[in-house]
Amino acid sequence: MILGIDVGSTHTDGALIRDREILATAKSPTEKDNLFSSLKVVTERLITPETSGQIERIVLSTTVSTNAVVEGKLARTGVILINGPGLAPEHFNFGKDTYFLRGYVNHRGRELAPVDPEQIREISDRLAREGIKYAACAGKFSTRNPIQEKTVREKISGLRQVSLSHELTGRLNFPRRAATAYLNAAVFETYNDFLLQVLDFFKRERISVPFHILKADGGTFRLESSGSFPIQTILSGPAASIMGILASLREKTDSIGLDIGGTTTDIAFFARGAPLLMPAGVAIGGYKTGIRGLRTRSIGIGGDSRVARQEGRLKIGPRRDGPAAALGGPSPTPTDALVALDLVRLGRRDLASEALAPLAGQMGLSIPEVALAILKQMAGDIAGEIAREIAEIDNQPVYTIHEYLEGERLTPKNICVVGGPAAPLAPLIGQHLGLPFLVPPQAEVANAVGAALARTTTELTLLADTESGTLTLAEEGYTTAIPSRFSLNDARRLITEKLKEKALSLGADSAGLDIEITEEQVYPVVRNYYRSGENIRLKAQIKPGLAG
Amino acid sequence: MEKKIKKTGLIFFPAFDWAISPTHPEREERLLYTQDQIFEEGLFDLDNIREYKPRIAGSEDIDRTHICVPDAGSVSGNSHLIAAGGALTAAEKVLEKEVDNAFALVRPPGHHAMLVVHGARGFCNINNEAIMIDYIRKRYGIRKIAVIDTDCHHGDGTQDIYWHDPNTLCISIHQDGRTLYPGSGFPEEMGGPNALGATINIPLPPHTADEGLLFVVERIVLPILADFQPELIVNSAGQDNHYSDPITNMNISAQGYAKMVDRLGAHLAVLEGGYSIEGALPYVNVGIILAMAGLDYSQVREPDYPPSAIRQSDEITRYLEKESERIMRLWENRFSLREWPAAGKPFHKRRKSIYYDTDGIRETQEETVRICEDCGGAVTIDSSADTGSRIFAVILPGFSCGACRGHAYEAYEAASPGKYRQVFLQDKDRDILYKKSSK
Repeated sequence: MILGIDVGSTHTDGALIRDREILATAKSPTEKDNLFSSLKVVTERLITPETSGQIERIVLSTTVSTNAVVEGKLARTGVILINGPGLAPEHFNFGKDTYFLRGYVNHRGRELAPVDPEQIREISDRLAREGIKYAACAGKFSTRNPIQEKTVREKISGLRQVSLSHELTGRLNFPRRAATAYLNAAVFETYNDFLLQVLDFFKRERISVPFHILKADGGTFRLESSGSFPIQTILSGPAASIMGILASLREKTDSIGLDIGGTTTDIAFFARGAPLLMPAGVAIGGYKTGIRGLRTRSIGIGGDSRVARQEGRLKIGPRRDGPAAALGGPSPTPTDALVALDLVRLGRRDLASEALAPLAGQMGLSIPEVALAILKQMAGDIAGEIAREIAEIDNQPVYTIHEYLEGERLTPKNICVVGGPAAPLAPLIGQHLGLPFLVPPQAEVANAVGAALARTTTELTLLADTESGTLTLAEEGYTTAIPSRFSLNDARRLITEKLKEKALSLGADSAGLDIEITEEQVYPVVRNYYRSGENIRLKAQIKPGLAG
Repeated sequence: MEKKIKKTGLIFFPAFDWAISPTHPEREERLLYTQDQIFEEGLFDLDNIREYKPRIAGSEDIDRTHICVPDAGSVSGNSHLIAAGGALTAAEKVLEKEVDNAFALVRPPGHHAMLVVHGARGFCNINNEAIMIDYIRKRYGIRKIAVIDTDCHHGDGTQDIYWHDPNTLCISIHQDGRTLYPGSGFPEEMGGPNALGATINIPLPPHTADEGLLFVVERIVLPILADFQPELIVNSAGQDNHYSDPITNMNISAQGYAKMVDRLGAHLAVLEGGYSIEGALPYVNVGIILAMAGLDYSQVREPDYPPSAIRQSDEITRYLEKESERIMRLWENRFSLREWPAAGKPFHKRRKSIYYDTDGIRETQEETVRICEDCGGAVTIDSSADTGSRIFAVILPGFSCGACRGHAYEAYEAASPGKYRQVFLQDKDRDILYKKSSK
């Protein structure tokens, strides 16, 4: 039995699952300033004396880190950037506690300018004088050689946390890594306070099972590991819903996932049964991060969007004036259209019809006609956005002739819709796209189901440079010497082994570890027209998916 | 130094699976470290920079610009079509005003590909910039275009294609042809008799540094652009003038490139050469992109930048001062100079010998242009290659007058496919390539 809980911004949902079958669900409004209390209510409802002994794992998705970033509740953090030449420093704006440290590592991972221990000490002293307890460090090309970031952590003293960018993402993108390291340090305290409460609660309840946390990529990791990497847990809410949709898709085809909420609709895609990821990382609260996350597009159209007439046509969203008119809200909404047509039973139908009356009058339509027009417009808007997203995915730049000519295109075979108004809207959207649709049973707790069924994910980036005789595993900060005959096969073996180790330490189930090498490139290094070595680049992952 | 921020489009196509041969300078990983640097600097995340996937050019795009022997498909592969397509995509994004300027960071390069193509020369098969310019003319009706070729090697292919076109100003700044491939590009090469002055060559002595490059831009290029008044400026952005380039002898740094790009203010840039793949390209390209986008590039620097080792000698400075005056005098006298090659005759002939170093082909050409006061003049080319191909081509360079058009069609009719393996007529105004071949 697995317990999945998603602490969302409006509701906290729980689902108890055995063999992919939902045994029980619970829903409770989220108490915004006390996320823990909402979690407690749902857990107590699902863990009963009968079930408590049978639970094997608890998976939690929480908005703690997301809220801290979005609401700007960030701890004062010293940001140390080893930026070297390139983009001007004003592009890196982390406020007055930003320090630029001299030093430089180049694209090959060669340390071309050392960091100055004296300058690090000055920064350290300054942080201490200012009473700053958290710091983040990012160096250019630190994923190619982490030595300078590591030196900073070593030489800086008296802090609760020094987040290093290469440990958070193995990707090349210095500004994103800097933002990621900064946010990780800045939400550290808030997240760990929450974590302590959770651990304490389960201890008191005498529940001692593996406890996992959902990440932005729709995978999980052990609660104990999450303490050092709280930023990995951002945007796990939308990820939970997408994993829930994945759980209800039977075949491993290309599919569209749709989560229609109150103010927004999230669109996701699956390629041969695996959710698509954001190529560079997810964005949150105005920060572009390097955190691997599911590719979602959020549009400002939902059940509670305001419906108005603009330039002779119906305009839905992006504004939300309040709840639906049927529930006493001020403006007509798609939810009111559903209520007026009796497709949804909610609040007062007379209030819904009353709110639609002015629109009906302007358009010379009856109430049911205008209600249907609203739903069609909404379905059309969402379908249009889906088509634009697919075009964008298919037009992503590629860098080889082979991929250019042979690259696969996304061809969705069906659409799966969850969220409040899923059932009545799915047929209309399916019709627009000419695709069969699916509304999973208990779609309203798809998020909790998704959390429960998510598997542990992780990734590793390997660079082997046989000319210089060094190998690095970016995210691990691992560097080792290699012989000049080190081959692609050796690299494959090593990355597979290290990824397996890492996955197990993060809580993965050793049975059926699905390791996949996602990128594999070998380039010669040529000096004076002679081959002097090889530059081997690999990326491996355990991709997001459902636990066995 | 915040200036006006521009929206810049980037078409990045490094063709990581294409090489001339495994240790050839034009090989798979040429843009690998450039990619690393662009990614690491996070340039694609900047609000005013947008990356686009290149489209693929069609044979009609090549036929609009070149006479390919025997046809476009035989002299160009998928890599060339995507690189040329990248230049076309860049042009579309700028001319449809999605962006203010665009950089096609694509390979393989193209600026040594001449009008007639029997094979590859100087690592080039088809001319990406020329294909782009002719497409812009056809699709957007733009007449006056300037190309500034800043590759270290003379842009002889582009010069050849527009030799008789008074509407395309070709300026090439390069290492002196007496010291480097292809051995041409002297100030006296100024264009055909009807287009004299529309070709400008600025050879730089070996070891010229940033100050020398920027000096000729200020003293020659900018004043000529101000006179010519182009509607569109294209930069053939070769990066082999860099002090670390293995196959040239110049001393330009990433700062020098960025400042030059900033001053030229080109609408479109297309990558050409540049073979210092670790030490130069990553930094030069970041500098170019920031300069095009109107962002602060002052902090872009090679980590090993040796200011004293690459300082320019006073001798070079003095030489360039004199040379600039001479080139400006040639420019100012361009209309009166038009009279001597013609000397009252109805036609002007020149013979050319062209070597295709990459493919090892030798071609000889006899080119005849009709002397015309109203347009660039109808051109006929009798070309023989040691592959055994002899062809005859008639070219109407565009915006051609009625008399030249009449002459061209007559010449095409008269040429017999018996003597030649193929006969062509390229009519740029009607966007047609006619062909007839011997059985």
